Amino acid sequence: MGDAILQTRALGIGYAPRRRPRVEVAADLGVELHAGELVCLLGPNGAGKSTLLRTLAGLQKPLSGEVLLHGRDLHALGEAERARHLGLVLTERVDTGNLSAYALAALGRYPYTGWDGRLSPEDEVVVRWAMEAVGARELAARGVGELSDGERQKVTIARALAQEPAVLLLDEPTAYLDLPRRVEIVQLLRRLAGGGDRAVLLSTHDLDLALRSADRLWLLPPGGPLQTGAPEDLVLSGAFQQTFGDFDPATGSFRLEPEPEGEVGLEGEGLPARWTARALERAGFRVDPGRERPPRVEVLGNGDGPSWRLHTAAGPRLCASLHEVVGHLRDPPAETTR
Amino acid sequence: MKKGLQEDVDVQLPLEIRPSERPADSRPWPRLGARRGLFPALAAALLGLLALSLGFGSVSIPLDAVVAILWDGTGQKESWTHIVHDIRLPRALTAVLAGAALSAGGLQMQTLFRNPLADPFILGISAGASLGVALVVLGTGVTGGGLLAGLGFLGQAGVVAAAVAGAGLVLGLVLLVGRRLEHAMTLLILGLMFGYLTAALVSVLLYFSIPEQVQTYVLWTFGSFGAVTWGQFAVLAPVVLAGLAIAGLLVKPLNALLLGETYARSMGLEARRARLWIIASAALLAGAVTAYCGPIGFLGVAVPHLCRALFNTSDHRVLLPATLILGAMLALGADLAARLPGSQATLPLNAVTALIGAPVVTWIILRRRTLRQAFAA
Repeated sequence: MGDAILQTRALGIGYAPRRRPRVEVAADLGVELHAGELVCLLGPNGAGKSTLLRTLAGLQKPLSGEVLLHGRDLHALGEAERARHLGLVLTERVDTGNLSAYALAALGRYPYTGWDGRLSPEDEVVVRWAMEAVGARELAARGVGELSDGERQKVTIARALAQEPAVLLLDEPTAYLDLPRRVEIVQLLRRLAGGGDRAVLLSTHDLDLALRSADRLWLLPPGGPLQTGAPEDLVLSGAFQQTFGDFDPATGSFRLEPEPEGEVGLEGEGLPARWTARALERAGFRVDPGRERPPRVEVLGNGDGPSWRLHTAAGPRLCASLHEVVGHLRDPPAETTR
Repeated sequence: MKKGLQEDVDVQLPLEIRPSERPADSRPWPRLGARRGLFPALAAALLGLLALSLGFGSVSIPLDAVVAILWDGTGQKESWTHIVHDIRLPRALTAVLAGAALSAGGLQMQTLFRNPLADPFILGISAGASLGVALVVLGTGVTGGGLLAGLGFLGQAGVVAAAVAGAGLVLGLVLLVGRRLEHAMTLLILGLMFGYLTAALVSVLLYFSIPEQVQTYVLWTFGSFGAVTWGQFAVLAPVVLAGLAIAGLLVKPLNALLLGETYARSMGLEARRARLWIIASAALLAGAVTAYCGPIGFLGVAVPHLCRALFNTSDHRVLLPATLILGAMLALGADLAARLPGSQATLPLNAVTALIGAPVVTWIILRRRTLRQAFAA
């Protein structure tokens, strides 16, 4: 991995309102962004993710320390110079009025164009490249107002790309999108980072997607210190549990603590058995595959999908769905036998 | 560069695009800019209205006579030359300048505040200018035909400066307070309050003024393009043209501000400087026009929306020239209607602009569900 594009030294971030005490959100941050990597910034609400991104984007002055862009102090650079290196995408949907998607992306050439913003042929080539790179070629002529949230976010990313930035900063770019759209955007960002010419840093609440896609994570617990590393390293080191109390390292997702209901045996194979175990765990049962005594669930794999035989103290019982299985397990057998 | 753009230009792209699995989209890329064919049509319509405005009135003058008077300064009748040259021409040119100025001011403010109903009148900028005018005129105690009629060149420059300062002050205040407010409606209420506040100060001033002054002031608030003489036009025109020139230099920052200030800054806009220049431009435009024509409503809010609909774009490189022409046209049209061709009576200009503008504003609000969205109208 080469030299860092963006680097912070003893960075303290927060707000310094006039005539009021300053609010420091996080202190002593030392992080680096390298070309070619996709980094996810994770942390609970209020930990300072947006403040950090705004500071890295040069929109907000640090309280202490410095941000270095290619080794130069970011906050000493001029606005246009900064905009040629850093592109920003925010959560909020942009209301641009009567602009086509293409015209929106073309605004990304702002730091390169003259006083009236006219695009040169070179500028147009870059805008077209950006639209194609995000897969928004066919949206070009559409009005921004008619785009779906996902399409709009793609065009917004194309606009940032048109700035030809070395670092793409995104503040929860997927927050309002449905799951397939989120996956699509994150895959797109992976591709954009993968070329090795730029770094992508995005803040997100989507732990699962971050764990699966990021080269590195920045974990920002409230009050801090910020921890960085490969997702798996951070899981193994316990940093995840420290930041998100309910994180379960065994499953890589949040633990929803149900009331403990006891132990259930499980007999079966393949996908139906996996999801049966999941359903039982969700309902609060501990699954023990070796258990011989009731209660015990047997997965029956016949031709038209799975069914289940539930062995309880009241005897065996056939169930057509997991909903039924869980229902009978929870209710005392006396009631179900009437 | 019409076709084969990609081949002609050798640009180092920062990322190799992997060949897409899908066949290349062969549809042409959209062209930026809008239906520019509309511009010649609009300009022709403006010239037509201008000719109409010079020919019609209590005395009808044939078009060829008007052209002859404009061409070599001599008409078939002495009185016609006088009417066209000394009365109708300054009036028509004032209408053109005022319409263009108020519309350009409205466009800038709608983008700056991201609010579809922002314009110099609604946000109290005109009221601020009125206060400046009232302070100078009622304070100096000059009476005469028009509000500014008794003033010499320096006095007029003083009034215009006071109007511009008053407009700039209110605009700055609205911006200062309004930036902390997320809600579009709050800004409008804020402007309304500033309007009331300045109106209250003016009424206190009026209370201590002599009746002739009060009457002159009240007539002035009705709005009129007719009170401007050539001598006054010589002050009005340079100030308005300066304001328009600044607005012309601001089209790129205004386009960036369409995305909101955070995005605009992330793309390299110096927001503070852009804001200051927009305030300067809008204050010059609204201040100068208000000083001479009175506080004129609705042109500033309606014209930008009509242009957005007509040209189907939010690009200020198209919208700004479009608002200038359409604003001038509407002002001329409103003035023509106010003069009720064929009669001696003159309606208050603000009554006519309200008749045009109120339906447009209603349409804006009804068309979209929220104000923030209506900004896109």
